[in-house]
Order: sequence, then structure tokens, then C-alpha cells
Amino acid sequence: MSKKLANLYLILVFAVLYAPIVFLIVYSFSQGETMTNYHGFTWRHYQTLFSDARMLAIVANTLLVALLSSLIATLIGTLGALGINRTTKRVTRESLLTLNNVLMVSPDVIIGASFLIFFTMLKIPLGFGSVLMSHIAFEIPIVVLMVLPRLREMSSSLLDAAEDLGATTRQLLTQVIIPFISPGIFAGFFMALTYSLDDFAVTFFVTGNGFSTLSVEIYSRARQGINLEINALSGVMFLFSLLLVGGYYWIQQASQKRKHHKREVAS
Amino acid sequence: MRAVTKRRTWLYFIPYGLWLALFVIAPVALIIYQSFFDLGHHFTLGNYSTYFQSATYLKMTLNSVWYAFLITLFTGLISYPTAYFLHQLKHRQFWLLLVILPTWINILLKAYAFIGIFSQAGLANQFLTFIGIGPQQILFTNASFIFVATYIQIPFMILPIYNSIDDLNPAFVNASRDLGASNWQTFRRVIFPLTLPGVKAGVQAVFIPSLSLFMLTRLIGGNKVITLGTAIEEHFLTTMNWGMGSTIGVILIVAMIIVMTLTGDKKPKGGAPR
Repeated sequence: MSKKLANLYLILVFAVLYAPIVFLIVYSFSQGETMTNYHGFTWRHYQTLFSDARMLAIVANTLLVALLSSLIATLIGTLGALGINRTTKRVTRESLLTLNNVLMVSPDVIIGASFLIFFTMLKIPLGFGSVLMSHIAFEIPIVVLMVLPRLREMSSSLLDAAEDLGATTRQLLTQVIIPFISPGIFAGFFMALTYSLDDFAVTFFVTGNGFSTLSVEIYSRARQGINLEINALSGVMFLFSLLLVGGYYWIQQASQKRKHHKREVAS
Repeated sequence: MRAVTKRRTWLYFIPYGLWLALFVIAPVALIIYQSFFDLGHHFTLGNYSTYFQSATYLKMTLNSVWYAFLITLFTGLISYPTAYFLHQLKHRQFWLLLVILPTWINILLKAYAFIGIFSQAGLANQFLTFIGIGPQQILFTNASFIFVATYIQIPFMILPIYNSIDDLNPAFVNASRDLGASNWQTFRRVIFPLTLPGVKAGVQAVFIPSLSLFMLTRLIGGNKVITLGTAIEEHFLTTMNWGMGSTIGVILIVAMIIVMTLTGDKKPKGGAPR
């Protein structure tokens, strides 16, 4: 009986979690103009979406910012994690980690407002550059947090062995350390990507007039009211995130299997 | 050997160090600095005295904290049982993924969905008409703001609670049952205290963002609810009074530090539970 109640509760929670998403996608196929009565099936809103040059340019902008910022953030973050891992004093390490986490816990508005002051004081024009820099900035800490645990797992004897065998610093980094921490780097890149695609508030503050990302565009269109083209957009984005989640899950499962396999071979 | 590699590798640390200086330390310093300037760029303490003497600002802050508290409370009440029941399922990793999936949908799309659901002739009002209550004004009310904010925050509360339940050693639960505790006693005296760190982490993840959700107050709250975040956005992007905006920002940072200290996990005294 209590088990049934538990399942009922879970079904209810999942229904509420997914209802708005299903609702959005269902109406993206409706022939009407509002989200009130379903008027029969049509692809029309998807056609409008794919012939909306402004929207397509914004999608391209968003993807470009996301990919570029995640790549750079992954590079800087991984180097940062290597640096933090090198620190020997406990105090230095703890204070570096605290500083690293400041942007993780700060509310978006604070990050956005303070970056806006920062760019204005340095006279950096608002637009693609400022958005890209801000995204890199708030993605770095999550990369560090994803890479550090892998670095801690790495035994120092591995490094000593490589050094004794005559590896240079470069070889040590590219052939020993990076292959070992690559799952962490990959996870960090992935998280950075989702942070970038998800961000609204920070971008909203530092974007200026000429440049726009998807979140900012959805916000300004949603303020004008219902437009089923946005529903079509959410259909496309839902499919995209399903693919991303599926891919991430599959890669994780695969790497776990490989780990098990290695362990079996080793024992 | 070690010393040599160490000397060469600190060069790699430069970009990260630059990031720390330029994008972590400088912005926080700048927002504090900016809060001491008025519209004419003169140094002043006026922003703070205005803030602390104005009933409007103080009431807005109290309101914002109260709404964030309500959102956190409802999110917690819904999420704890969800995480608990979820943990008992067979394919829990898969179900957990289903909890995370909605967080991947852009927050503005979710808010937009509720504009449709809560509209005059929307789904919610059709339901109310169907059960005989009749259509109500739902959109642009405080209740709709709290509902949508809770909806958006639920996954961020479920995850840390789920993790802490996962860390719970089942031997404690079994021991408690063997010693004759009822289900409720086991929950109240064993399970809940041991999963409290997860709840605290969840409160941290939900309360602070709830103070600053300005897009929801605009789209769903219809400018009736004004949170600290809304006030900051207004001062920075509409009235261009950056000094006052920064002052409210500093208040928000102080609020954040208070919440972090209250919910921070202290090192467990005595032996580790496992």
C-alpha cells in the first residue's frame, strides 16, 4: 500500500515536471496562434522558424559563443586545476578553491552587474567579445571542479616513473597526465557547454544592443506575448538536449564499462 | 628532479591566475567600489543611507527574502519525498536522469510555457472551469510567481538530497528498526538527521538564486513581485543608477554570505559515521 502511494507521488511529480514541456511541444504543432485550443496538426511554425533569418543567426551566435567559450574555459580551467593540485600548502589550496567557487555561488545578477561595471571601466565595447569573455569567466570554475578529483586520483608514483624514464615536462603533460584526467576534462567541457547554453541573466547584462543569444531573444519575444514560433523553437531545443543527454549518458556508461573491463583484466 | 618540473610548470598557471584577478577579485571589488558613488560620480555614503532610511527598499528586501523562503520551503517539501522514493526504485540512475533533463530546457522556455498555461483561456483556467470554480486571474499574481519559481528549482533540491540519501549507510536504518523504532521514529531520529547535509546543500542551491530571479518576476509576476534581483536589474539597465544598484548588490552579497554560513557544513565532531 505505502509502495503504491510512493509510486503515485512520483508519477505526480514527474507529470508536473514534464507537463509544461509537453504542453509547449504539443502546441508547436497547432494550427492556431495561441496556446489555448488545439486546432489540428501543422508543420507551419517549424517552417516559419527555419525561414526566420534573424532567429537562425541568433542560434548560430549562441552555438558559436557556447563552443568557443567552453573550449577556452576547458583549457584555462584544466591548467588551473593542475596548478591548484601542485600547491603544497593547505592554506594556499583552500583559499584558491574558495576564490574558484566565488562565481559558482554568486547570483547571476551580481555576476552580470559586476561584469558590466568591469567592461565599462575598461572601455570594452559590449557585444560578442564581452559576452564571450563573461561566458568563459563563469565556466572556468566548473571545469576546475570536474578536473580536480581526477588529478587527486592520480598516484604520484605514475609521475615519478615517467620522470625517471626521462620524460620532459611536455611529454609528462601530454602523454601521462592529460590521458589520465581526460574523463574529467570531458565532463568539464560538457558542463561548460550547458552553462553557456542555459545562461540568461549574465548575457542580458553584458550583451549591449547589437548582439543577442537565444535566451535573450526568447525573453524579449516572450514579453511581447505568445508566438508559436517559440514553441517550435522549444521543440527543436528539447530534441537537441535529449541528444546531448543521451550522448553524455552513453559515453559515461561506456567509460564505466571500460573501467570494469580493465579491472577484470588486471585481477 | 621535482623542483625542476615545478619551476617550469608555474607558467601554465598564468591564465588561470589572470582569470582569478580579473574576473573574480576585480568584479567583486568594483561592485563594492561603485556602491559608494552617486549619479554624478561623486564619492558618497548616500546610497547606503538612502537604502536604510527608505521604507520602500527595506520592505522590498524583506519581501524578497520572504518569497525566497517560501520558494525554498515548498521546493524542500516536494523534493525530499521525491528523492526518498526515487532512491528506492530499481532503475534509479535512469529516473534521476529524468529529473535532471528538465534543467536542460532553457529556463525562459519554461517560464514561457507557464505564460500559456496560466493565461485567461489557458489550461489552468480550463481546468478550473471544468471543476466548477470558473476562470481566475492566475498570471501576474504572487502565487503564480512562487509556483513557477518552485517548479524551476525542484530538480536542484532533489539532486543534493538524493545524493545524501545515497550516502546513508543502510545499517543505521536496519539497526534502528531492529531496536524497535517505528518507521516514523526511524525517519525522524536516524534518516533525516543523517541526510540533513543534503537538505542544507539544496537550500543553498535554491534560496540564493530565488533572491535574484528577475526574469520570472517580469514574465510571470507581472512586475508586482520585486525581488533584490529585479531591483538590481532595474537600477543597472533602466534607470542607470549604478551606484544604488551596486548598493543593493552588496546587500545581496551579504545575504548570500549569511545563508552560506548558516547552511555551511561544519566538520563532523568525533568519529566519521562510516
